[in-house]
Amino acid sequence: MRYMTDRKRAAGLGSAKSGVHHFWAMKVSSVALLLLIPLFVFTFGPALGGSYDEVTAYFARPFPAIVAALTMIVGFKHFNDGAQVLIEDYVHGGTQKITLILVTCLSYAAMATGLFSIAKLAL
Amino acid sequence: MADVNRGNRPLSPHLSIYRPQLTSITSILTRITGNALIVSALMIVWWFLAAATGEEYFAFANGFVTSWFGDLVLGLSVWGLWYHTLAGIRHLIWDNAMGLEIEAATKLGWACVIGSVVLTVLTIAIV
Repeated sequence: MRYMTDRKRAAGLGSAKSGVHHFWAMKVSSVALLLLIPLFVFTFGPALGGSYDEVTAYFARPFPAIVAALTMIVGFKHFNDGAQVLIEDYVHGGTQKITLILVTCLSYAAMATGLFSIAKLAL
Repeated sequence: MADVNRGNRPLSPHLSIYRPQLTSITSILTRITGNALIVSALMIVWWFLAAATGEEYFAFANGFVTSWFGDLVLGLSVWGLWYHTLAGIRHLIWDNAMGLEIEAATKLGWACVIGSVVLTVLTIAIV
């Protein structure tokens, strides 16, 4: 370690060790959600509180179903990327790796469950 | 030389002596709202799954989601969602190195706080 310089120690270790990929992924998903979230709130909101027949008929229509499906995909991806930063800040070592894996599994499981349900309602 | 005092130095932001400011509170609220939204997100996914499963199970899930407790969670989530959305717009603005002066950052902070309350009231009134 005696001859390790600051320059040598820092080489290849960007802030996230992977350049701007994470930053850009957050930027893309956040801009997409800027459009999707108002659409989802004002299509899902009115459906909530309806009867079973009303709800199934509503999500059989293309627009509410596609908006809900896109919100599931982009929303849970955005959650996964955002929660990753939270975990990296507060959880360290092996626990950090396990937590990151669990949160990723949860995000994609919720995304898949949502998509399956919407597809079944829509078709 | 380069190995001096590694791992034994004070780390920012010195939370114990840090005076809370509008900018710091609105910053941490962005993180809290974003991550807390997982609660209502999972509840909504469960509601969709129930609707796709059948009438009986839908009645159970829908009863929970539209109960006073479900309404409370969703009501708070609507505020969290709009707050996080406005705070996200603030970050998109900041990414262009704009609005970073203390005065502008404070204005943007108030815009997030007031705007999120206004949008929440509007959403609950409309939906």
